[in-house]
Amino acid sequence: MTFQTKKVSTLITGIVAATMASASLAATDGKVKIGVLADMSGTYADLCGPGCVVATRMAIDDFGGKVLGHDIELVSADSQLKPDIASAIARKWVENEGVDTIGGLVSSAVTGAVTQVTGASKNITLITGSASNAFTTSACSPYIAHWTYNVVALANGTVKQMVESGKTKWFFITADYAFGHALEGVSSKVIKENGGEVVGSVRAPLGTTDFSSYVLQAQASGADVVALANAGNDTVNALNAAAEFGLNESMDIAGLLVFTPNAQAMDPRVAQGMRLTTGFYWDMDDQTRAWSKRFQESYGGIPSMAHAGAYSATMHYLNAVAAVGTDDADAVMAQMKKTKPDDFFARNATLRADGRMVHDMLLVEIKKPSERKTENDIYKIVKVIPGDQAYNPMIESCQF
Amino acid sequence: MQSRPLMILLLGVALVAPMFIYPVFLAKILCFALFASAFNLLLGFAGLLSFGHAVFLGTGGYVTGWLMINSGLTPEIAIIAGTLSGGLLGAVFGKLAVKREGIYFAMVTLALAQLVFFLYLQAPFTGGEDGMQGVPRGQVFGLIDLSDNQTMYYFVLAIFVAGFWMIHRTVHSPFGQVMKAIRENESRATSLGYDVNQYKWIAFIISAALSALAGATKTLVFELASLTDVHWHMSGEVILMTLVGGVGTIFGPLVGAGVIVSMQNYLSGGELGNYLHIIMGAVFIICVLSFRSGIVGQLQKFRRNNF
Repeated sequence: MTFQTKKVSTLITGIVAATMASASLAATDGKVKIGVLADMSGTYADLCGPGCVVATRMAIDDFGGKVLGHDIELVSADSQLKPDIASAIARKWVENEGVDTIGGLVSSAVTGAVTQVTGASKNITLITGSASNAFTTSACSPYIAHWTYNVVALANGTVKQMVESGKTKWFFITADYAFGHALEGVSSKVIKENGGEVVGSVRAPLGTTDFSSYVLQAQASGADVVALANAGNDTVNALNAAAEFGLNESMDIAGLLVFTPNAQAMDPRVAQGMRLTTGFYWDMDDQTRAWSKRFQESYGGIPSMAHAGAYSATMHYLNAVAAVGTDDADAVMAQMKKTKPDDFFARNATLRADGRMVHDMLLVEIKKPSERKTENDIYKIVKVIPGDQAYNPMIESCQF
Repeated sequence: MQSRPLMILLLGVALVAPMFIYPVFLAKILCFALFASAFNLLLGFAGLLSFGHAVFLGTGGYVTGWLMINSGLTPEIAIIAGTLSGGLLGAVFGKLAVKREGIYFAMVTLALAQLVFFLYLQAPFTGGEDGMQGVPRGQVFGLIDLSDNQTMYYFVLAIFVAGFWMIHRTVHSPFGQVMKAIRENESRATSLGYDVNQYKWIAFIISAALSALAGATKTLVFELASLTDVHWHMSGEVILMTLVGGVGTIFGPLVGAGVIVSMQNYLSGGELGNYLHIIMGAVFIICVLSFRSGIVGQLQKFRRNNF
């Protein structure tokens, strides 16, 4: 080593030693910053993508735009439905950019990766688009608030009702990741408990466009009901493939998770009469209609339950921050659990100790084309399922 | 080329960088720089275009992640295990692939990689689409806790320097000379008495093992191993990094990885997020059309012509 390089390396060593002691970014800085991580362009973009950003923005504006004396900041990013990308963004937000709370979150694989990060960094996570019940059971955390719906509520709504009406033999077309597996598992349990049986299942990767081979397997199974344990464009594509092969003439098709934009995209001749469970329908009463009208003005389409949930969760969070006068996650979460969420979305609602937001769910039926007054007029409400009948009971280890 | 002062300068920059830039982001660049360098060893110096290199990155990540979750080993042992598993897979795939040349070589590597991709998609231990989540970072030698991002970064930097040094040594060794000879004129290398396939095979194994090293390190940084790292998109991305930076140059893959990862990082959060892939495609086209030797290659040319 020459004299020159030796000098350079000594200098470097000195600088490094000096930087080693730098402090990390404080989370409770009194400024509230909300990050919306959603699927901006993929399979689930219609459910919770740009719409979840619009809904969160609406909640912030309705709240007054300011809390604790500072403007409320909003950032958003595309998770691309990939756990690794979502995890990296969440990490960057909470560690480097002072984000307090992450909302949106569609796809349970993405949400699982994000809650790993936020659980360790102690940041509140408002899950509004994901379905897996793991976030309040096996992967529960004191910093999770799971809004809108989950797989248990879907199964207790749609599946139970169908089995009781005599459709006992079921076949599943399942999205091949956490959400699909959970939905299939929970639904199968409900089917068996009510005297039905599962005759088979097939797993399709997320974002499949050609469902014909899966539909043919379903057709050969001899089931009464073919259950679509998937969501978003996957459900639409599966249903359209089913229609092409005439599956809907010989069997019932049950969409276990259908969001309003998807129901709208389905061929009404195939989808009519299909019953499904949802956490929100825009045309339920005056309150929902009033909010949905405002949402529609800035977004363009009618809101999905994830959009409405994102508004409701953000509002409840901001109210809690204002009430306790700090953005400290523990204090805010305690306040959120103490007060009952109550707005156009949250009916008879409560945020339980395990982070599950329990509220009334709706069993709806897709209307026939002849019954529809406008293009947005798609559901007929069959019955209201009270929250405590829809959701899973709390488990011991998740009561925070 | 006087690369030593430049290397020391770069090392200096790397040492002070976490003071100014978010360390996890820097660690990600280093992981991809190592991956691209390993890939460049094959493409730039042996002239072999593998289109399935992501499989080694992913395998290293999965093996390391699995060991960290299930065995309680310290991270350095888990990383070594991940590296060896990548090397082993490389030995098998390489043995088959080097029997063919050119486009057929690329297709064989792609086919084998896709085979493994679907295996990982279905195998229960990888977590499928969910990925392998919650990989602990652990403590190096049971002493140094990696949960702090800066400490993690310096650990990654140490691994990167070791891997990069190995590539540098390989390229400048007699073995590296033979590799270059094969790249320039394979029949002449054969006529000089070299067992060409054997050399290619060894180069393939080294490259695969170092790619796995990069994957193993990346898994620790992000505490997650996922299918993205095994997908053929990733194989394409590493080609892009190498080409943009400068194929066949020592520093090219570093620059390429830096440019591509920074682009992904800054564009994904902003207004242009939806156009990320279009912009990357445009960069690729511009690169291929107007400066085929990459950023570093072009700079070298410029220096040769003007100084």
